[in-house]
Amino acid sequence: MAKSSPQTSGTGVWAQLSGLLGRGPGGYAFLSIYALVTSLLLLFNPRTNLFTDIVFILFLLMILAIYRTKVHIGFKIALGVITLGLVLPAFGTLNPYYIDVATQAGIFATLALGLNVVVGFAGLLDLGYVAFYAVGAYLWSIFSTPQVGLMIAGATPIPSGWFYGFILVGLTVGGVFGVLLGLPVLRLRGDYLAIVTLGFGEVIRVLAVNLDKPVNITNGAQGIKDIERPPLFFGDAFRAIAGAFGMQLDDNQLYQLFFYFMVLVVVLITILIVSRLKNSRIGRAWTAIREDETAAIAQGIPLVRMKLMAFAVGASFAGAMGVIFASKQLFINPPTFDLLRSIGILTMVILGGLGNIPGVILGAVLVTLLDLQILPRIAEILRSAQKAGWPIPAAFDPTQYQRLLFGLLMILMMIFRPEGILPEDRRRQELHEDDE
Amino acid sequence: MAAEAKAPTRRVSSQRTPAELLRVIFLPLGQLLAFILGSAVVLGLIVVVLAFLLSRSDPKILQTALAILPQVIIDGIVRGFLFATIALGYTMVYGVLEFINFAHGEIFMVGGFVGAGVSYLLNQWGILANLPAILFVIIVVLIGMTVSGLLAMGTERIAYRPLRNAPRLVPLISAIGMSLVLQDTVRLVATNTPLGFNARFETPNFGKPFQLATIPLGERGIPVLIGPKAVVFIVAAMLMLLALNYLVNATRLGKAIRAVAQDRTTASLMGVNVNQIISLTFLIGGALGGAAGVLFGMNIGTVNPYMGFIPGLKAFTAAVLGGIGNITGAMVGGIVLGFLEAFVASYLSLFTGGAFSGASYADIAAFSILILILIFRPEGLLGESTTQKV
Amino acid sequence: MYYTSVAAPVSQFPDAATFASDYKAQYNADAPPFSPQAYDAAGICASAIAKAAETAGGKPTREQVLAAMAGIGAYKGITGTYDFNAKGDSKTATYYVLQANISDWNANTLSSKLEIAPPGEASSTTETPAADAVKIPAFLATLTSKVSGLNLGTIKIATQTPLSGPQAALGTGIRNGAELAIEQLNAALAGSNVTFELAPFDDQAKPEVGSANAKNIASDPDILCVDGHLNSGVALASLPDYSNANLAMVSPANTNPKITEGGFANAFRVVGRDDVQGAVGEQFARETLGVKSVYILHDKTDYGQGVAEFFRQNAEKNGLEVLGFEGTEEKSDFSSILTPIQAANPDLIYFGGLYDQAGPFFRQARDRGITAQFMGPDGMDSPELAKLAGDAVEGMYYTSVAAPVSQFPDAAQYATDYKAKYNGDAPPFSPQGYDSASFCVSAILQAAADAGGKPTREQVVTAMKALPLLGGITGNYQFNAKGDITKATYYVLQANTADWNANKLSSKLEIAPPQ
Repeated sequence: MAKSSPQTSGTGVWAQLSGLLGRGPGGYAFLSIYALVTSLLLLFNPRTNLFTDIVFILFLLMILAIYRTKVHIGFKIALGVITLGLVLPAFGTLNPYYIDVATQAGIFATLALGLNVVVGFAGLLDLGYVAFYAVGAYLWSIFSTPQVGLMIAGATPIPSGWFYGFILVGLTVGGVFGVLLGLPVLRLRGDYLAIVTLGFGEVIRVLAVNLDKPVNITNGAQGIKDIERPPLFFGDAFRAIAGAFGMQLDDNQLYQLFFYFMVLVVVLITILIVSRLKNSRIGRAWTAIREDETAAIAQGIPLVRMKLMAFAVGASFAGAMGVIFASKQLFINPPTFDLLRSIGILTMVILGGLGNIPGVILGAVLVTLLDLQILPRIAEILRSAQKAGWPIPAAFDPTQYQRLLFGLLMILMMIFRPEGILPEDRRRQELHEDDE
Repeated sequence: MAAEAKAPTRRVSSQRTPAELLRVIFLPLGQLLAFILGSAVVLGLIVVVLAFLLSRSDPKILQTALAILPQVIIDGIVRGFLFATIALGYTMVYGVLEFINFAHGEIFMVGGFVGAGVSYLLNQWGILANLPAILFVIIVVLIGMTVSGLLAMGTERIAYRPLRNAPRLVPLISAIGMSLVLQDTVRLVATNTPLGFNARFETPNFGKPFQLATIPLGERGIPVLIGPKAVVFIVAAMLMLLALNYLVNATRLGKAIRAVAQDRTTASLMGVNVNQIISLTFLIGGALGGAAGVLFGMNIGTVNPYMGFIPGLKAFTAAVLGGIGNITGAMVGGIVLGFLEAFVASYLSLFTGGAFSGASYADIAAFSILILILIFRPEGLLGESTTQKV
Repeated sequence: MYYTSVAAPVSQFPDAATFASDYKAQYNADAPPFSPQAYDAAGICASAIAKAAETAGGKPTREQVLAAMAGIGAYKGITGTYDFNAKGDSKTATYYVLQANISDWNANTLSSKLEIAPPGEASSTTETPAADAVKIPAFLATLTSKVSGLNLGTIKIATQTPLSGPQAALGTGIRNGAELAIEQLNAALAGSNVTFELAPFDDQAKPEVGSANAKNIASDPDILCVDGHLNSGVALASLPDYSNANLAMVSPANTNPKITEGGFANAFRVVGRDDVQGAVGEQFARETLGVKSVYILHDKTDYGQGVAEFFRQNAEKNGLEVLGFEGTEEKSDFSSILTPIQAANPDLIYFGGLYDQAGPFFRQARDRGITAQFMGPDGMDSPELAKLAGDAVEGMYYTSVAAPVSQFPDAAQYATDYKAKYNGDAPPFSPQGYDSASFCVSAILQAAADAGGKPTREQVVTAMKALPLLGGITGNYQFNAKGDITKATYYVLQANTADWNANKLSSKLEIAPPQ
């Protein structure tokens, strides 16, 4: 039977180059120059255009380069802090668009990491993951706005300072929902599980649309607006730092930076937890379940507990992120949480590399960039090329067919690199063996 | 993956007696009719009991509930056959490859568009209005089946075959990509032809709906109606089920398909051309989806490039509900789902005094029942329980 | 509060005030409703009898009085001027919407005035073209001399609508409308050294994509105005970002009241509001169509459900029986929804939603033998509705803020231009997309003329607020402080499936947005 493309570990010039720049002094020099050049280009050229887009993508990919290069861990951390902690926020004050893209990429990275626990680690296909995200988002939206008064007569919105507490509430409630979904479906396997989780996701969305009657809980299709943002307890400190660099920040910019940092911190915490889990007894139990359920039972692995744990852990990340998302977005409505979103997150996980944490993050960042930045830009370029007289038929208006491009990309990606961009070692071996 | 649940084992006999053959082909139809009758009776009884209980507060509820019951059952059957016909294609492919062809809803949509296009052309040439309805149905269904079948075969060749040995999730993502590509390609084509984004499906005159009865409600009578196109749909769906059963159970091709479904490697050792059989499976599944698309588009009267997604999803649900991989199961699952939706959509508002909008909660009901059924019968209604091999 | 009445307010007919005081003097109580009308009825009888006596030369017979009644001409009573048609209805009833003034009922303010001919009667007064406003190209021509010497560089107008996904048809319509507007206005501005460019964005109908795009738009200093969105949800999510950048957003489709009620100084729209549209539809259904019961259906979107809710609220308030209120996301097979409707047997089915869903629904309803009248909001305003539903929607009514072609011939030109360029009929909100872009161009040019150079975004917002009453292709608009159009004209139109441009205007209602 036809085999998929052989492992491309690289040959010739490319191998030499990566050998030279991938470790040792070459690595330090390469990373320093890379970081310096992209940072300067961004800071001195903050206008939105094709060039900045490319530099921005290269800048984000630098994180991957830092991760892959074999240099001292201290240097990696220092470079990471400088680029993500200083350069990107400073750039964000100059151009709000890019930092928003970065923030959304961070949000999706967390969601993808959470889904990866369920699908990648434990091998349970979940097509309704966005439901937990919706639960978290609606939780904060309802309780922080006058909507709560419509639900419970006489109740008033809770103070915005509770936001931080609500992240924990979102975490817990997300986890509880995960268990609630997990309990009935434990006996199901494979595609039965997929369809039940899909149904669950749809049920949550339809409830969000319909629960404006008989008691108005979610405000239905109208969505909830004016969602409260947390108080900026370090706003003054931030202003002072920015002032030292000669920048005046208004509240909106501060909030943008605030959410960027908050998402960054959450992503880091998530990575920490997920990677600890993966290498723990629990993680190994998940792997065992994924590889062979029967054998796992024979080994004495508590199947029920482990599966529920996977659901709960995955769901709780989504629940917590939902709270942050709602607060950042100021407005939510049910279409935000549809099936396509669940599928989108699954795509991130699989494109990036199922089971592999850096791969999943890369997948999330790439898909977000594709969706918000790269595809619209390509469409715009094609459109101006069309206007400049290129032979693109007038009927084909590229701005309208971003989804077509995305679909093509998904197919091509799967055909030519089915294990994902940064695959897990175990999976890569599996894929390139002859037998299944 | 060392141990994987295998497709249900079927009896593979080399020779069947004609009586046995008839039984194999027609039994599913009987099963289906029994299920329709059973579902109608059970759900009808539930409605009557509920209405009776609620009628103490408002006697009109019982009256209304009974008056619309026959029509609700007919609605449920028509809707059920829609899901059922799409589910057939899902289940064919799943039975052979254990792979959810997410793009099957789009194959269905393409069928509908091809039908609309053909009828548009017939109308342009001025022969549509004079065409006998049955001849028209045969023409458009055949063309729709051909195009959809070939398209399904093409998608398999391009997007799935290279991934046949990849982990299960990989072809799933590829299929989702294919679904996006097909939607937008059809949109691109449709918006640049006179059909447009929302295309009208022209038909010759099929005549008035058949009025089966008139039920008195107050001073008025409520007619129980079934449209001629819906009748065509149901008859065609039953024919499709029979033909598929014949094909799978009584032909050499069917035997090969069953062999591939059971064990691909062994089948290839026995001289079965696995690639060819899988291609043919997609051709058949796609053709069934295309036929469903044509019949549905004709019944509804309009088609658009995104119309396949939701019915596709529901049909997949139906296939799982009935026991995926099982042809009769797919039909039965579709019928059950259709009934549930029709009953909830028509009765929920009435029974809750308008507090819950039935049409909005139909989806929730469908999925909740799905979850419940799968909890108690994880292998689906007609699925055979699978044994684990270590 | 507001109430509707056929009796003219005291401010318009001072005689009514005299009646009120006379009544009080004689009967020691305020005159109850219909009492002044009884006065007028008696007056009409008296004059008809007098007229009949004059022609008969003696005591007239009852038949003669009847004949005189029909030929009475315009009778000026204390509640209004009456003239009977062949059926005995007043030829044009003037409907007033009044706002209660509790301290002095006679000082109730008149909010709007609606002249409606009874069904089956061509109304002569309402078919006159709307009051003249300066057409936008003419307005721009007055500015060209001021801006032609300036170096304005590139000026872009962004559109943000769904260009992909199931709502792409409508979103693309708006984008195309803006493109046509910019093309045609550029041609009109030829020689003045100013050209506008279009920057289309795809919001995918997702709020967070909209807000990310909004930041992208805000970071491009050449974009001075936004024409969007289709979905109110996406607009609400993006407005804070436009607002941070002081960027004007002119909405071609967001009828949700929240858009201009959110306190954003930069939000404008060239469409009416759901709350008024629902009320207008309900009033028309109850008073003009004379229906007694209604079944309301909506599409579970913020638009469709919004307008349906307002229709229902008004219906319940005014005693129009609501037999059902259902929402559905179903797009094609409506049989399960039609069965309860058939049992309920309403006089009218109101569909809050868009033509693509309503078309198949209406046709299936007629196929089922449901004879109720159909009605809907401006989402019905597309020739596609006639294509999808065929005869089923012949004669159905819909409300709209966009003027019918009979009043604004430019819209017919637009339909032709659109079809020629984009190979298809313009969907609803596409002409409004054209108008939004035209208003953007007008405000930018005005701001440029005022500033004597490339204007800032704030200046564009200020200029937008200060624009005079301008004539677009869908109507004459001017913005109030909130960004609503100062006086929206709501039209009730009757569908003509053979030629959508020939849709008949049934009534016309000028309503200022709620303050």
